[in-house]
Parts: sequence; C-alpha cells; structure tokens
Amino acid sequence: MRNVKLRTVLLGLVASAGALLLSACGSDSEGTIQIYTGRHYDLEAAFEAFSDEFNIDIEFLEGSDAELRERIQAEGDDTSADIYMTVDAGNLAIATEQGLFAALDSPILDGAVPDELRDPDGHWYALSARARTIVYSTERLSPDEIPTTYEELAEPQWEGRVCMRNSSNAYTQSLVASLIGNLGYDPALELVSGWADNSRIMSNDVILLNSIRDDRCDVGISNHYYLARELEEDSNYPVGLVWANQDDRGVHVNISGAGVLANADDPELAQQLLEWLATDGQNLFVDGNNEYPVNPDVAPEPLIATEFGETFVRDSTNASEWGLLNADAVRLLDEADYE
Amino acid sequence: MTASTPVDDTAGDLRVETTAADRASRRGWPVGALALAALVVVPIGFLAVSVLNPNTEVWRQQWDTRLPGQLVDTAVLLVGVSTGALLLGSSLAWLVSAYRFPGSKAFGWLLIAPLAMPSYVLGFVTLSVFGFTGPVQNQWRDWFGRDAWFPEVESMGGAIVVFTFVLYPYVFLLARAALADQAGSAYDVARSLGASPTEAARRVVLPMLRPALAAGVAVVMMETLTDFATVQYFGVDTVTVGVFRIWRGTFDRDAAAEFATLVLVVALMIIGIERIMRGRARFGEAAGAAAGLGPRRLEGAKAWGAFAACASVLLLAFLAPTLQLASWAYGEVTGPRGTPNTERFLEFLGNSVQLAILTAIVCVLASVFIANGSRFVSGRSTGIAARLTAVGYAVPGPVVAMGVVLSLVALDDVLEGIGLGLPGAVATGSLVGLVYAYSIRFLAPGLNAIEAGMAQVPEEVTASARSLGARPSTIVRRIHTPLARTSVVTGAVLVAVDALKELPIALLLRPIGFNTLPIWTFNLATESRFEQAALPALAIIVVAMIPVALLSRQLSRGVERA
Repeated sequence: MRNVKLRTVLLGLVASAGALLLSACGSDSEGTIQIYTGRHYDLEAAFEAFSDEFNIDIEFLEGSDAELRERIQAEGDDTSADIYMTVDAGNLAIATEQGLFAALDSPILDGAVPDELRDPDGHWYALSARARTIVYSTERLSPDEIPTTYEELAEPQWEGRVCMRNSSNAYTQSLVASLIGNLGYDPALELVSGWADNSRIMSNDVILLNSIRDDRCDVGISNHYYLARELEEDSNYPVGLVWANQDDRGVHVNISGAGVLANADDPELAQQLLEWLATDGQNLFVDGNNEYPVNPDVAPEPLIATEFGETFVRDSTNASEWGLLNADAVRLLDEADYE
Repeated sequence: MTASTPVDDTAGDLRVETTAADRASRRGWPVGALALAALVVVPIGFLAVSVLNPNTEVWRQQWDTRLPGQLVDTAVLLVGVSTGALLLGSSLAWLVSAYRFPGSKAFGWLLIAPLAMPSYVLGFVTLSVFGFTGPVQNQWRDWFGRDAWFPEVESMGGAIVVFTFVLYPYVFLLARAALADQAGSAYDVARSLGASPTEAARRVVLPMLRPALAAGVAVVMMETLTDFATVQYFGVDTVTVGVFRIWRGTFDRDAAAEFATLVLVVALMIIGIERIMRGRARFGEAAGAAAGLGPRRLEGAKAWGAFAACASVLLLAFLAPTLQLASWAYGEVTGPRGTPNTERFLEFLGNSVQLAILTAIVCVLASVFIANGSRFVSGRSTGIAARLTAVGYAVPGPVVAMGVVLSLVALDDVLEGIGLGLPGAVATGSLVGLVYAYSIRFLAPGLNAIEAGMAQVPEEVTASARSLGARPSTIVRRIHTPLARTSVVTGAVLVAVDALKELPIALLLRPIGFNTLPIWTFNLATESRFEQAALPALAIIVVAMIPVALLSRQLSRGVERA
C-alpha cells in the first residue's frame, strides 16, 4: 500500500514537472508581454492598469540586472522575453553593445524621453529617474554647514561624519562612473579616496538614512526615494536632502529603463507598452516608488515635489556614457580602498 | 536423491547468472557513477575553462587592491564560524546525549530547528534589531548616553555569530548520531578502568567523534564559503563577494568565472582539512556491542544550567527571530500597506515544495546509486566519482546556475545541429534545468548522509545476499536501502531543506512567472523592505520545519533504538 501510494505521488510529481516543462517551452499566447526586470516593485500599479486597459497579459521574471542580461544572451533566439528592464544604465549600455535590443522607431518615445535619457538609436529608453544626492541631519547641521557638492564630502572636516553605501552596489558604482566621466580618472580617484577616508560604509540606503537619524553620521549620499519613503511614514523624519552640485554639472541622476529585445516574440506589443509607460502610464509607473518622471510633461508626485522640489540641475551626460564606465568605476573603488 | 538434482541444477544456474551479472555490473556501476559525476562537473567545467586563458590584467589589479583583504576575510570567517559551530554543536550534542535534565529529550530534536532558518533571514533580522539603528541600541543609548559602548554588529563578529547560529545544527546532528550509535560502550569501559568522566570524554569519546565532527565542520565551511548575501549585510568581503563584484560590476563573466575557481580552491582546501581532521580513524564496533551513552541524571543547579544553555541557544538562534518576523508580518498584514502578492502565496508555496521534493528525489536516487557502486565494485573510479560529485556543493549557486545555462545552451545547439532542435527556451527557464542545477549544488549533503548509512551495513550482509544469487539491483532495493533507511531519509531531508532555502539558482534559472518563497522574500528584502519581507521569510521557516521535524523524529527513533 505504502509503496503504491509513494509511486502515485512520484508519478504525479513527474507529470506536473513535465507539464510545467511543456508550458515553459510553448511560445507566448497571443496578447502576452514577457518582461525580464531588475525592478522588484512588483506592487507596480502601472502594469496592472495597462493589462486592464488593453486586455494584455504581462508576465515578469525578476532578478538582478547583470544576470538577466546573461540569460537573455544565452537564450538567444529562444528567449521568451520581449522587454529587458533594468535599474541602472550600465546594463542597458552593455545589452546594446551585445546586440540584444531592437532599434525602435518610435516618435512617441522620442518625444517623451529627453535625449540624454535614451539611446540615440532607440535601443533603450529611461522610464524613471532617481537622483543620488546628499542627505544630512536636520537636527545637527545648521543651514550654512550643509555640504552642497560631492567634492566637499571628501574634505577633512567631514572625517568620521559621512555614511556611504558599499562599493558592490550598482548605485555607488554608477555615481563613481559619472565622476570619472566628468572629472577624469585620476581626479575622481582622489575624490573617492577622500570619501573612503571620511566614511563609514553601509550595506543599504535605509540603514544609511537611519544612521544619520541616530547620530552615527551627519551626512551621506542616498537615492532620493528612500528618503521619500521614510518621510511618508514619518513627516518629522530628521533627515533632509540637498541637490548636489547645482552650481556646476548638476546632481547625478540614475535611471531605470527598458528596451525591446531583438528576439522579442511580439515587438509591436512590447513597444506599445513602453510608449504607454513613458506617456499615459508615466505617473503610475514612477509614483509608486517615489521616482521622478522622465517625461518633462509629467509632474512628479506631490510628496517629492513639495519636499524635494520639481526643478533642479541634473547632470546631463548621456546615461550610456557612464554605463560604459562602470567597469572602470569598480576598479577605481578598489584602488581607492573604498570598502 | 532425485530431488537433489534439480536443486543442484538451479544452484549451478544461479552461479552462472551471478557471474554474468557481476561482469555487467563491474562495467555498469563505474560507468554510471562516472556519468553522474560528469553531469555534475561539466557545467562547472564550462566556466572553469576560462582559467586556461587567464585575464592577467584583472588578477593583477585585484591582487594589488582587494584580493589580499578578501583572502584574509574569508579565512577569518571560515575559522570563526567553524570554531563556533564546532564548539556549540558538539557541546550541545554532548549535553543532550550524556545527561538527563529538564527538557533534555525535547532539546534533542528542538535544537535542530535553526536548520530551517535561512542565514540571509537571520542576517537581516539581526541587523534590524541589534544594528546601530535598531531598537536595542537606541534604547541602550537612551540609558547610557550616545557614546555608550556596544559591540559592533555590522562586522565580522556579527557575521560569525549569525552563521554559527544557523549552521551549528549540522555539527549537532552528526555528533549526536555518532554519540547515539557507538560511543557508549567505549565510554563505559574507560570509566570502569578508572578514567574520570571528563577524561573519558576527552580521551575516548572525542577521538571517536572525530569523523562525524570533521564532516559536520566541512559542511558548515562550505555553506559559509558559498554565501554571498549574508556576508554583505555585515560588510564582510569574501572571495565569493569578489566574484559577484566582478561579474555584476565589470560585466566580465570570464573574469568572474576565473575568480570562482579561487572559491573552488578554498573549497578543496576545506575537503583536505576534513580528511586531516578525520584522521586515519575508522571506528567500527562489533555488532551488538554498539550502544549509546547511558545518560546520567543532573540535579539542582547543574540541571538548570544545562537547561539554560540549551534554551538560550534555541531562543537566540530560532525562537526570538521567528517571533520578531511574526510580529512584523502581523503588523504588515493588518496595516494599511500590506505585503504584496499575498494572494499568490499558495502558488509560491507549491513551487517551492515541488522543487524541494523533485531535487530530493533526484539527489537520493543518484546518491543511492553512487554509494552502492563502491560496495559492488572495488576500484578507484566509483570513489573518484563520489568525490567529484561533491564539487557542486563547493560552488556558489549563481556560478552553478550560469554553468548550467551555458551547457544546456551548448546541448541545445548540438541537438539543433543534428536536426533534433527543441522548441522554445528549453535551455533555461524550464523546471528541468532548475532541478538539474539544484541537484548539482545539493548532491553532496545527500550523498554524505547515505554513504555514512551504507558504511554501517556490514559487508557480510552484501556478500551473503550475493552468494545466495541476488542481483545487485535487488540487493539495493530489498536489503541495502531498507537497512540504511534512516540515513536515506536524513539525506533526503538535508537536500530538501537546502533546496527550500535556495535563492540564487532559482533567481537565475526559473521559468518566467515561476516564483518561490525565497524569491518573494528577496524581491522585498533587496529593496530594504524588511518588514514586508517578514511574511514570506516566515513562510520559508514554517515550510522548512516540516522536513526538519521529520528528521528529528527519525533521529530520536534511532536514538531510542540504540
């Protein structure tokens, strides 16, 4: 009896595995868009709204940017993905170099996304912007003490008072890549070495912000939306934000973006989704995570608009430039002895 | 007289059949075992090939900057965690085996519970509660002022403590089984010859435990070495972290693969250390003489001291973090925000369970085959095969996953070349690829357990069965497996628990839309939404408790029998 039961269970398992295998093999059903994404905000209302409005199914595979890109490359013609979406520019640039993206001809996207936030040939488009800027303690710093440039944080008076994100993180790497692009390798190395001397290194931005709150450090560098999230829960959260380098090149803005894959099963549908996300769906797409819209015609959501402001000078270097400098940034961080 | 002739004939036939089967199996077992080993090694080899053509630029640059520090961090972490797990695991095992005190029987199985706790979960709970910005330190500063000393939690020390708490059960399990099986009579003899209890424990029991302790420590070290999520919470920079920095940061897969071989070298050193620690010791007790320790009753303060020691470990490693998760989960579920995707819970659960069971089945079948191979055929090849299959356990999950992707893609190309192209993305994104990668990674713990069980099946039993004409396959099915049943279950459970907790392979290889409980946790935890991640993390622990409980039951039965 026991054995018979066990055998039934085993057979059932094997059969269900087989069924899953087949379903994985089968190509898209009509009207389905499949997205490989490095964004993990699967709470995102935008995709649901799109599905409802156009009666199109959307399926996700979440992962980390680099590994998803490797997978798309390995899958080649067989990939089930239509869209590759990331949280940093580096992997978009590399994916373009590897020929993974189709070049889109879309007046809608070209009109909605500013030049510096998209690939010149339409391989990828930024869909949301996140500023990586200076945050400070509103309790312990007087207004004239607040640092206003990335460079200042390397100065000796900040020794032991700065909290920074670790060097394995893509946001740190892309900020450093932008420094290499703007200042040159050696000046950037000197600057980052100064940071390393002054800083405690944190494993994520939330801990970093809380460390400023709890008087472990006075200043730091964080993505703006983490602070927005804290302010959402507690409007008296004692950390403020200042846009860095407003008198020169502007604050470093990283992007979350996407492109339609060269091997997409349904490129028209995929393009339609990206167009919608950059226009009608732009608010829904960026608001849930307190990000800034890329489309200049769309206003940011009220909390960041009032707390942080709508207009500020952004570093206008094309995102793909520092994307390609990412490997150099990793080397520089190593050489600067930045943890 | 006439009756004896057919008997003789049958006996003659059997002998012939046996030798034929012998010849077949002498070829079959090694070939099969080596084929299994090849299935494990090939995907990893795909990556290792890049070492033949090394990128000296990257190596020199790393050597000049981070690599020395990474080697030091790796060594300190491994030594710290293995020492901690060894001391904690073996002393707890000794306590519950050698003494009777309030709750000692229950602790015998409760202390295995932390096996169900993924290290990345204990990592983020520890940081959130005890870290500088957590409630404990904030209260501490309220009481004693802002500069009051508190041990640095985001540090090597913090990482060592967390790993020790989640990994000591491996040492505990093996030490306890060994104490239950064999140490008893030797201890009694030593005592009767006038040795004090401590002396008997140190000079007789400890050496007998060496193989079990060595095996436990080796598992602990492998788990620590291949981790890349937990270490980063604590700012520990190991060679495994280095592999991912290079892979994700410089987009250079080949250079990352080269660095992964460094992890492999460290793993080989661990295997070497295990061999040395194990020594030449081979302890078998004559059948019938094997017996567990006769536990002594502790009284008064000693009894409560033993209780407190066990209870505090259980509390810190398992109960407190689980309760913290439960309270966060409750807050989220009843709060305005809610945990996303809760409505898909059953689907995630089903996927996780299905993966764990399939992986356990594959690993147990492969392990039983390999472990029996060396019984029927004496020769080096089955032994080599067994050692080779352990390689997968020494390679970080994402590296295994990438190797599987590349080799399946190559296979797909070859099949297409001969006109047998498979439809769709068979190479990746199928459950087959996923189970394959999981099995590569987790074959070793299953095989170790089953080999240990097979070692306790006397050679004579096999020999008698064969002389009576039973085929090897029959012996495996009807004699060996039932006799080694406890260890087969143990192997299956260890594999299943590991598979339930596994994250990076599923992240890279799963079919689109296929999510597991760890992936659900990860999606929230990477965004630092730890309180929202509490519900899925709790779900992993609860599900992983089922096989762990099964193991506890199996183990306490074994102990009672002994």
